[in-house]
Amino acid sequence: MTDLVIIGGGPAGMSAAISAYENGVKDILILERDDSLGGILRQCIHNGFGLHKFKEELTGPEYAHRYAKRVRELGIPVKLNTMVLEITEDKRVIATNSHDGIFEIQAKAIILAMGCRERAKGALNIGGSRPAGVYTAGTAQKLVNMKGYMPGKEIVILGSGDIGLIMARRMTLEGAHVKAVCELMPYSSGLARNIQQCLKDFDIPLRLSHTVVALHGGDRLTGVTIARVDESRRPIKETYEYVSCDTLLLSCGLIPENELVSGIGADISPVTSGSIVDQDRHTSAEGVFSCGNVLHVHDLVDYVSEEGEIAGKGAASYIQGTDVRNTDIKISVDGKIRYSVPQRITEKKDVTLYFRVSGVYKNVRVNIYGDDKLLISRKKQRVAPSEMETVKINRDMLDNISELSLKLEVVQ
Amino acid sequence: MKKELTCIACPLGCTVTVTLKGKEIISVEGNTCPRGKEYAITECIAPVRTVTTTVKCTDGSLVAVKTARPIPKDKMMEAMRIINYTVATLPISVGDVIIEELFGSSVVATAEKQ
Repeated sequence: MTDLVIIGGGPAGMSAAISAYENGVKDILILERDDSLGGILRQCIHNGFGLHKFKEELTGPEYAHRYAKRVRELGIPVKLNTMVLEITEDKRVIATNSHDGIFEIQAKAIILAMGCRERAKGALNIGGSRPAGVYTAGTAQKLVNMKGYMPGKEIVILGSGDIGLIMARRMTLEGAHVKAVCELMPYSSGLARNIQQCLKDFDIPLRLSHTVVALHGGDRLTGVTIARVDESRRPIKETYEYVSCDTLLLSCGLIPENELVSGIGADISPVTSGSIVDQDRHTSAEGVFSCGNVLHVHDLVDYVSEEGEIAGKGAASYIQGTDVRNTDIKISVDGKIRYSVPQRITEKKDVTLYFRVSGVYKNVRVNIYGDDKLLISRKKQRVAPSEMETVKINRDMLDNISELSLKLEVVQ
Repeated sequence: MKKELTCIACPLGCTVTVTLKGKEIISVEGNTCPRGKEYAITECIAPVRTVTTTVKCTDGSLVAVKTARPIPKDKMMEAMRIINYTVATLPISVGDVIIEELFGSSVVATAEKQ
């Protein structure tokens, strides 16, 4: 019997472990499938992490190192190179590694912190042949930054999310020629500063409202056909353009890696592809918590750590039997606001809501209603899907209401 | 002359407008914090960037490194060439100096390697 099993040793899992420990739960085990703690941060060697959390600009490995060091100092046990195969409703965790074989741990509580994976070629319906030389941006990042292999010399990137932008710069610095970054949407989903420092700094063209419609080549990619898309994101035939390249990198979205949840019947949000959780990141499966990119995809690791802290603390109260459920408030969104985390509140206390919008909107108000009463109204000059927003709900706003609704209203 | 810049000091990415008279900076607008003003001024006079990359270790593996301070933007590619010729001696801890001096900065390890 182990009090708390944490699945995943990335930023979410490490932060959850530290938080649970500091809140009194000492019997913790972290299961990590890679050969070291840190998760995806290990290959994110660029800087820009930790401005919220540490008030300084760190690289991914440095950020991970601070947490891994703390986990070591606290003596929290970690099993590396360990893959979790299944979790059951009665909270048994079945895992495997080459040292222990297949083994089972009975947990009092489980925190899911498995992160996310990239949307790959198979999910994108790109026409043409199927040559080598098509990688997800994250795979290319691992090859370049961890293994020291260059995936190619002449690069086209599809998708202008932050990983795509970061890889455009990284490939350029290592001597490749990035010919274009194509973005299906009329705006980039990456941070403005990455457009500047990853593309503009190196004169890499960003082709908005463009997509890749076909791959060319036999054994190896020789080029791609790109095209402009119309308002309904359909390629316009007259704009087909051949671009020769030997490599296509895909940065087309991230999906929570949530397959383990199917074993425990926790409710999944169709919007986030992560679990539906309360203010403590408690899923609908008793004693199972979720945090980080497996819950919903974050843009800043600082928020992932924050969420790990919440889940770790929540799991600690659950294990100690001190968790309180004195209300059940549903949190709903209007569609312009795509989702919020948490999706429900079960304990009256101060709660920060994290939410994302569905499009780029200017001059808006984020209005939060308790049943029909306006509780909070926040003016925003600009909101975009790529940037997570937060709003704090005070405890006393939660009295005598059954629903909180988040609405984005355009200021006239 | 007005120059529009995207501040890269933090994830906010403010659009900062700098008014210039020849080479003299008259005003900086649009920044949310003092770092934005500082960035805008540096960007107009002598732009700098932090370079993050990897360096080869004695066993052939890689370790992540960065310039401890930003270096001149137009020296980035030359810095890369020098870093890619460097071989770091194991073991390496976070913060170890790999190159003493490179365009006004040192190059330090950002990860550990046994």
